[in-house]
Amino acid sequence: MPVDHIIDRYDARREALVQILLDVQKELRWLPRNVLKRVSDRLGVTLREIYNVATFYKHFSLVPQGRHQMSVCVGTACHVRGAQKLLDRVSNVVGIQAGGTSKDERFSLHTVNCVGCCALGPVMTVDGEYLSNPTTEELEKVCETCE
Amino acid sequence: MARLTSLEDLERYRQEVLARRDPKKPCVTICSGTGCRAYKSEKVAHAFQAELEAKGLAGKVDVRRTGCHGFCERGPIVVMLPEETCYLKVKVEDVPELVAETLVGGKVVERLLYRTDAGEGVVHENDIPFYKHQTRLLFHDNLRIDPTNLDDYLAVGGYGALAKALGSMTPEQVVAEVKKSNLRGRGGAGFPAGVKWETTRNSPGDERYVLVNADEGDPGAYMDRSILEGNPHSVLEGFIIGGYAIGARTGYVYVRQEYPLAVENLIGALDDLHEAGLLGENILGTGFSFEILIYRGAGAFVSGESSALMSSIEGKVGEPRPKYIRTSVKGLFDKPSNLNNVETWANVPLIISRGAEWFAGIGTEGSKGTKVFSLVGKVNNTGLVEVPMGMSLRRIVFDIGGGIREGRAFKAVQTGGPSGGVIPESMLDLPVDFDELTKVGSMMGSGGMIVMDDNTCMPDVAKYFLEFLADESCGKCVPCREGVWQMLQILTRMVKGEGREGDVELLEDLSTTVQDASLCALGQSAPNPVLSSIHYFRDEYRAHVEEKRCPALVCKALTSYWVDPDKCIACGLCKKNCPVGAISGEKKQVHVVDQALCTKCDTCFQVCPPKTRAVTKLSGQPVPKPPEDLAVRAAKGKKG
Repeated sequence: MPVDHIIDRYDARREALVQILLDVQKELRWLPRNVLKRVSDRLGVTLREIYNVATFYKHFSLVPQGRHQMSVCVGTACHVRGAQKLLDRVSNVVGIQAGGTSKDERFSLHTVNCVGCCALGPVMTVDGEYLSNPTTEELEKVCETCE
Repeated sequence: MARLTSLEDLERYRQEVLARRDPKKPCVTICSGTGCRAYKSEKVAHAFQAELEAKGLAGKVDVRRTGCHGFCERGPIVVMLPEETCYLKVKVEDVPELVAETLVGGKVVERLLYRTDAGEGVVHENDIPFYKHQTRLLFHDNLRIDPTNLDDYLAVGGYGALAKALGSMTPEQVVAEVKKSNLRGRGGAGFPAGVKWETTRNSPGDERYVLVNADEGDPGAYMDRSILEGNPHSVLEGFIIGGYAIGARTGYVYVRQEYPLAVENLIGALDDLHEAGLLGENILGTGFSFEILIYRGAGAFVSGESSALMSSIEGKVGEPRPKYIRTSVKGLFDKPSNLNNVETWANVPLIISRGAEWFAGIGTEGSKGTKVFSLVGKVNNTGLVEVPMGMSLRRIVFDIGGGIREGRAFKAVQTGGPSGGVIPESMLDLPVDFDELTKVGSMMGSGGMIVMDDNTCMPDVAKYFLEFLADESCGKCVPCREGVWQMLQILTRMVKGEGREGDVELLEDLSTTVQDASLCALGQSAPNPVLSSIHYFRDEYRAHVEEKRCPALVCKALTSYWVDPDKCIACGLCKKNCPVGAISGEKKQVHVVDQALCTKCDTCFQVCPPKTRAVTKLSGQPVPKPPEDLAVRAAKGKKG
């Protein structure tokens, strides 16, 4: 099973559950059921408990995510400087609403409560790269570089 | 490097590092905090390396990527050593000129300096008003340190406090020193750290743990991130000292996965420490052994609460539990556990090396030392500021922050994040410390300071915070889960113009219940933004409910856009830019907004020329009918 190497990294310790799921999420971009079943078997944790954890933390997704992650910060500092307008702009450019994934699984768009660089607000990230209040043209350019 | 096996070894190695370094050798330092990175500081660093290579200066000038300088608004920040010439907003195109002029020619490039209001260039960082009024104890070394280089930290005296603690103090003496310093936890509640250390140390058990809370989830706050990213060793040194004092063999750092650079720098720092013998078995030959493990949070605000954080490290859902027994007695894996946040730990080395008395000499009666604030929102100089406890809000916002953007009027400042409250203009002279902020209905929190101008609507802001909290409430206890949600419903109808008589009083009533009956601090403090804004801005709430009017002209449902026929010059900009075609008008004819089509996107208001200002926002009054004669009556270019 492809996730065994992740589980082995933590010696299949029960308390490493959140860390293991983080690594699976990073590698597969979501948490498929068969993988969670495997984690459940190896860690000796019930599937119910695993779903409890997987649905509690915001970072985990139970549905496939796009190849490129866009996050618009809606933290307070960005909010007072026009985060909503940036979100609308991004939505327009990629054609999906916050929380959605494009049909070709190219992009996922999320809102996050503060990415921790408030001085640049309103700010967004594309695959971890920060963009300070990009214009529509800048967004289109960035999208072109995303396969 | 070879493993250091004694205290003398550490000192000898430090001297070696210093001897290898020529303080007069030119060095280009580039701020590589997250803010500057977002402004492409990495490209600037590469450009410097390439340019130095091309000019045959590669071995003669060092290039160093440093931690955050705090003045994020003007990044990327480049400081040239040893003269400490400070350049702001440096772009790749500026690099050849900086190398030729400053490094080779010894001259200052005026155009990249900070400019005072009088237009004078400021050469040194410390003379810039933003820095001049600060007391930078925790951030002081960021400029000189590459966070990925342990030698840099040792060169500024790093791990000297650890050596002092291990070599000449008993654990009890360390606890006593921290107690004497009156260091209070920087994570929010301000509980005295030394008292907590002592309780954990004295709690029965064969094993105990120490933890760093780096789950900085307050929207609008990022100081812990900058300390971890920019100077991770300052936190780790304090942490190891804490482990020694409290009697722990294992420490956990719980850090948000949203801070990848902080995680990366931490992992690198831990590897370096192991190699150097400053972590692991028998540290510096003193017989003290300590391990540090890193756990990443997976995005849950409530998991920053101490008992929830510990559940999360155990691999469970990060929900808080009732704390009849404190975590310092029964915490992680049911063992005595001491949790402090990043900034608190970073203060420890300073206290140990300079002494509790020195530390207690800074700040106010009840709050000692400095506090880092993330000064953000509608203020000119956004960034991280470190000031002694007790500085007035006015000085922070106006002297350091440079006042309000676009010359607008100050309205309020929100401290303490979603659990804090708003502080109005009349209280600007309030000295900022733990107790004073609590007295006026706000709190220190972790240090977020969001400045609001007169374009900010208080019920709207309160609604924003409640949305956040309703979303982040874990749902375990009813008062928080249902109470916050109900409060949000009331505020939502208020900003939609559907407020009912008695809504304000109902909000106050509900707030008390949520405060009293919630399980953890998230619920207990959730009503703060609502209560404090009602307290100071009750008229604004009343206007929403009774007159269906938004005085700040923010709430969409209560605001209309109207073109003032006496000011319109028929330039056509609003019509051209309106995304829904709601504006009609011809040449030399006053333009008209079709109220039925208008989506209130604000575009017309923004594009209307400042000299004209014909597009007007109205609230609480009917939109005047368009005039029968649409001919333009305002002269072009005339000030309206």
